[in-house]
Amino acid sequence: MEHENILEAKGLNHWFGTGDVKKQALFDVNLTLKRGSFTVLMGPSGSGKTTVLTLIGCLRSVQDGSVCLLDRELNGASEAELVALRRRLGFIFQAHNLHESLTATQNVIMGLQVHRGVSDADAQRAATHALGLVGLSDRVGYLPGNLSGGQKQRVAVARALVGNPALLLADEPTAALDKESAAEVVDLLKRMGAARGMTTLLVTHDNRILDRADRILTLEDGRIVTMEDRG
Amino acid sequence: MSRLLQALFGRLPIGWLQLTHNRTRFAAALAGVAFANVLVFVQLGIMNSMGAATLRPYDFFQADIMISAGDANSLSDGGNVARQWLLQAMADPDVVDGMGLFMANVPWDRGEKDISLSTFGVDPVKPGFIGVQIADDLPLLQVQDAAILDRLARGLAKDEAAAIRPQTPLAFEAQSRTLVAYATFAGGGGFGGDGYMLVSDQTFLSLFPARSSAAPDHILLTLGRGADVDTVVARLRSLISDPSLRIRSYADAAQDDLKYQQTRRPTGIIFGFGVLIGVLVGLVIVYQVLSTDVADHLREYATFKAMGYGPRFFLSVVFEEALVLGVMGFIPGLIVGTAILTLMGKITTLPLAMSFSMAVSVFIGTVVFSAISGAIATRRLAAADPADLF
Ligand SMILES: Nc1ncnc2c1ncn2[C@@H]1O[C@H](COP(=O)(O)OP(=O)(O)OP(=O)(O)O)[C@@H](O)[C@H]1O
Ligand SMILES: [Mg+2]
Repeated sequence: MEHENILEAKGLNHWFGTGDVKKQALFDVNLTLKRGSFTVLMGPSGSGKTTVLTLIGCLRSVQDGSVCLLDRELNGASEAELVALRRRLGFIFQAHNLHESLTATQNVIMGLQVHRGVSDADAQRAATHALGLVGLSDRVGYLPGNLSGGQKQRVAVARALVGNPALLLADEPTAALDKESAAEVVDLLKRMGAARGMTTLLVTHDNRILDRADRILTLEDGRIVTMEDRG
Repeated sequence: MSRLLQALFGRLPIGWLQLTHNRTRFAAALAGVAFANVLVFVQLGIMNSMGAATLRPYDFFQADIMISAGDANSLSDGGNVARQWLLQAMADPDVVDGMGLFMANVPWDRGEKDISLSTFGVDPVKPGFIGVQIADDLPLLQVQDAAILDRLARGLAKDEAAAIRPQTPLAFEAQSRTLVAYATFAGGGGFGGDGYMLVSDQTFLSLFPARSSAAPDHILLTLGRGADVDTVVARLRSLISDPSLRIRSYADAAQDDLKYQQTRRPTGIIFGFGVLIGVLVGLVIVYQVLSTDVADHLREYATFKAMGYGPRFFLSVVFEEALVLGVMGFIPGLIVGTAILTLMGKITTLPLAMSFSMAVSVFIGTVVFSAISGAIATRRLAAADPADLF
């Protein structure tokens, strides 16, 4: 039976550096993400939000404590296992990180092609569809250089969602956008997450996003200080 | 191209898209690869033509075994061989016939430019030792001071050479004698001389009074039907009591000469190095292009890593780029290389030309070395850490 919790982190500690410069960034972090939930992670700069996200996203090795993602223990997992797990996640970064040489469609296809056995025609269709969902039907053949900031971030959203990830991790995806674009992108995430039963963990400083959250976590100096459930 | 690569790699042709995104840089990269190719083609062309020129005079004769002085690395250098060894060799039951071969350079004053003819003295009544293209004319040499001239000799005009017939011979002064050319053959200027000439051994000795009929430059032997050359060579080695002599099959002698010219003579070594330098230039250019390209796209690669693409994906992207550069750089390289070789061949009258085998080996070399550069360039990928993206 699949757990109701897609993610369970217990007693997570993390350190950066070695020797004299060794510094603890996370202290006994416990956190669970319910399947289909929309969780917002807040906290001042340097509090460890990104560190939490990279640990959950299998981008850093877990040093101490336990992270159980999609029924797999990440502590002690091999690089190959981590890579395989990453394919089931969606990432949205602060910068769009699109490939400048690829068109919007091709960028989105990259989010799909990581799964073996997708035919070219299927990938093309899925990418066009995903771009339609983020409202970019008329921009499919554009290179990122010819898109606005908000449009680029929407392509990045389409790329993250096209593979139907179980968990979407987004780190301040709206930081580089103006107010309108930011609201648009967040609405999009919320709407599409709900439609697909996808779990979302989003790091933000943006207070306007809080209304849309099922749960709000606040980090301070590497510790979770408040946890507020809504709805 | 894009479609082809997509089918070949079973994914978006990212390497191709990435390379062609910056047109000027792509053009410069292709020009670099083409340049390296041209470099290799020209050096290889010269080396091949040197090889062809080295082997050329061996075609003028036919023999199974050649006996030469210990220091004779080619037909034209080294000391003499005493004629007595010819008589000794004839004692072997498998040796059917033998001939002394004389060789020296004959300067020919051609007015504005003196040329030097590599001249062979042969026995005019032994056509069995003479290459088929000349053998029919051999009896002409029985006349004192008769010659068969290389119609491709440098400095000899085409129509002048074509006019040479037994009925309309060409008389000319050389070594203070008047030689008469009654026929011609296709020799071809080499790296050592300007052309070739065949005369009888008697004429040769008149041209070079200091030489003795008892000491030709080489001894050629033919064997009876079914005789094993290596066995006879071994037998002759024990029969002939001068251990300094080189007793080899005729074919081995030619190959030894070729190897000597390519690996021991400065010209051969220089062009060999030229090939190496061309390969290195190509390697460095492709490495430079690919590693800058990897460095420029570290962020994108890190993103792909975060998305779950593994090391094999990145290797295949860089290989794809190497393949594109190799194939697309090769085409202009081949065209320019062929043009340069053809032009050089025209100017020097050397047998310089693009050959199919040369094109194929350079193409394979280009792709293989591009792939190696690509594999080295991917080491920079380790710097793409997806954890730094957030
Ligand atoms: N790669 C690293 N090497 C060393 N220290 C690091 C590294 N990454 C983060 N840190 C430290 O760990 C702590 C937590 O950093 P983290 O990036 O997780 O904070 P954050 O909450 O995401 O901040 P921000 O809101 O500015 O993005 C900080 O003190 C930071 O200096
Ligand atoms: Mg951060």
